[in-house]
Amino acid sequence: MIEDIGNLFHGFAVVVQPYNLVLMVIGIVLGVIVGVLPGLGGANGIAILLPLTFSMSPTSAIIMLSCIYWGALFGGAITSILFNIPGEPWSVATTFDGHPMAQQGRAGEALTAAFTSSFVGALFAVIVITLVAPMVANFALRFGPAEIFAVYFLAFASFVGLSKEPPFKTIVAMMLGFALGAVGLDQMTGQLRLTFGFTEMLNGFDFLIAVIGLFGIGEILLTMEEGLSFKGKAAHIDPKVVWQTWKTLPKYWMLSLRSCLIGCWMGISPAGATPASFMSYGIAKRISKRGKNFGNGEIEGVIAPETAAHAAGTSALLPMIALGVPGSPTAAVLLGGLLIWGLQPGPLLFVEQKDFVWGLIASMYMGNIVGLLIVLTCVPVFAAILRIPFSVIAPVILVLCAIGAYTVHNSTFDVLMMVVFGILGYFMKKFNYPMAPMVLAIVLGDKAEEAFRQSLLSSGGSLSVFFSNALVSTIMVLGIISAFWSVISNTWAKIRGKEVAA
Amino acid sequence: MSHSANETGGTGPSHRKGEIWFALFMGLMGAIAIYGALKVGIGWGAEGPKAGFFPFYLGLFVVLGSVVNLINAMREPEDGKLLAEWSQLGQVVSVVIPTTVYVLAIPYLGVYVSSALLIAGFMKYFGKYSWLKAIIVAVAVPLMLFVTFEQWFLVPLPKGPVENWFGY
Repeated sequence: MIEDIGNLFHGFAVVVQPYNLVLMVIGIVLGVIVGVLPGLGGANGIAILLPLTFSMSPTSAIIMLSCIYWGALFGGAITSILFNIPGEPWSVATTFDGHPMAQQGRAGEALTAAFTSSFVGALFAVIVITLVAPMVANFALRFGPAEIFAVYFLAFASFVGLSKEPPFKTIVAMMLGFALGAVGLDQMTGQLRLTFGFTEMLNGFDFLIAVIGLFGIGEILLTMEEGLSFKGKAAHIDPKVVWQTWKTLPKYWMLSLRSCLIGCWMGISPAGATPASFMSYGIAKRISKRGKNFGNGEIEGVIAPETAAHAAGTSALLPMIALGVPGSPTAAVLLGGLLIWGLQPGPLLFVEQKDFVWGLIASMYMGNIVGLLIVLTCVPVFAAILRIPFSVIAPVILVLCAIGAYTVHNSTFDVLMMVVFGILGYFMKKFNYPMAPMVLAIVLGDKAEEAFRQSLLSSGGSLSVFFSNALVSTIMVLGIISAFWSVISNTWAKIRGKEVAA
Repeated sequence: MSHSANETGGTGPSHRKGEIWFALFMGLMGAIAIYGALKVGIGWGAEGPKAGFFPFYLGLFVVLGSVVNLINAMREPEDGKLLAEWSQLGQVVSVVIPTTVYVLAIPYLGVYVSSALLIAGFMKYFGKYSWLKAIIVAVAVPLMLFVTFEQWFLVPLPKGPVENWFGY
């Protein structure tokens, strides 16, 4: 514990080096832009910029990329409140009360509340990470292949059970992701598989290409279909409004705390920031004395989803750091970055890469403070970006996506695959297939398979190895319960629905 | 089949049919995975499970899941819900085609020239901008990218005849 605090201060020392501070500011600004623009989410933005960090030291690279993530989390609120367009799925709930506030001329107040609650949520989650991650990692050091596979199983099973998409669509998307990850060289036998004679497929499908295609190109196609035009409220925040809003915020401490807890809980399990923001909004509406007024510009309706979304988005990094299991697509991209920089994600990171881990954690504190200052002062600039017409922004984003896809392996075939993934993403979105588990499956495919096969090897092919001791059985049972969670609740809802109908 | 009109009066392919086709497509992907896995062997070899062992079951899950999704989609009534209006799908296609052409042109023209053409074409066709404005943006953005990637981050991108002509 004491040692951890020492490490954390060492991490701060790494972060406040001028070079890293500059990267931090660049990261935040790029992140807000990425969060504001349609078609460039946090995951996608980081995927595009990842190749630029190949030459940096891993610590500097993770500082810049994680700051893009914080920036994107902040940026989502700007578009939701001013334009009624959620830049990110987790800011949908912020539009319910944020945009009415802007229409009433209280945009400054809404933005201040949103940014401040985001900051509070993130800070809470970072403290949780600081305290819990080393313990989890320490505990996970004794995991064998069976336990590691069980953790993957739990992560993916909760996708099936907890995501709002139909479970069988989640399974199909996820398993197809694993299959795409399996294409190419088999790491254990050195054999080629699923390439069907195409030399371009020797190296398999890189998840970065999938992320850029699914989230970037797919999003552009959807936006084109909807024929979006941006009409927004003007905004600027003067210090007086900030100060007045800050004075009112402490009385919502109970709401904030509850939203933080919901956010952390949902973020650590891979359900993610989006359901966390909705859940927090829903509960706040039910509990609040002014619940009836929600939807007409109630400040509590901004605080609740923003706090939860940011807490969830931040705590999604906890399992990524401690176990090597990302809790969100963005965390998955960061994990992919670790692999590219030559670091082995997992519990050993805390032992072998102290500088890196604690630098990352320290940058979470610093990044959110810097982020809050930047967004509070620069809102008009960011809002102006959204006024650039889509017919200019769209081709530029397409170009950035193509360059991002190319730089991953310097391959033009990858760029073509990106377009294919984009079309796939468009249809997946249309038919309600979730993309996050697919991306996570492509990232973790090799590791999950390796753990699975090593476990089977030790047991001679019997699945009983996954129930051979108390630890692995517990994780597996938790996984099975969460996989069937939606089936249980759906059946329950159906039975009740029939009763009502009868 | 008959399309019932929605609020804006447009017509388009039905959501249910699309759902069915997409389930069939996903199932096909699963079947391909199974076929590929069978080719490399799904049993046990000298070093334990063979290369196709894991992909075989993945494919199986994809196929079985798609069958369920297919049945669910078939059981849904045809309620007139559209996948999208034809005009909307037209918009989507009019992005997909130039993007594909753009991507295919990169190895020959280089990233910068193809990007300039894409941006100019897009602004002209969708934004109805004047040629002057379109050309200014179409030249400025690739130029900025050139400085960022080639000069600043030293990441070389594909170049074509125009860059060669300038001596790169």
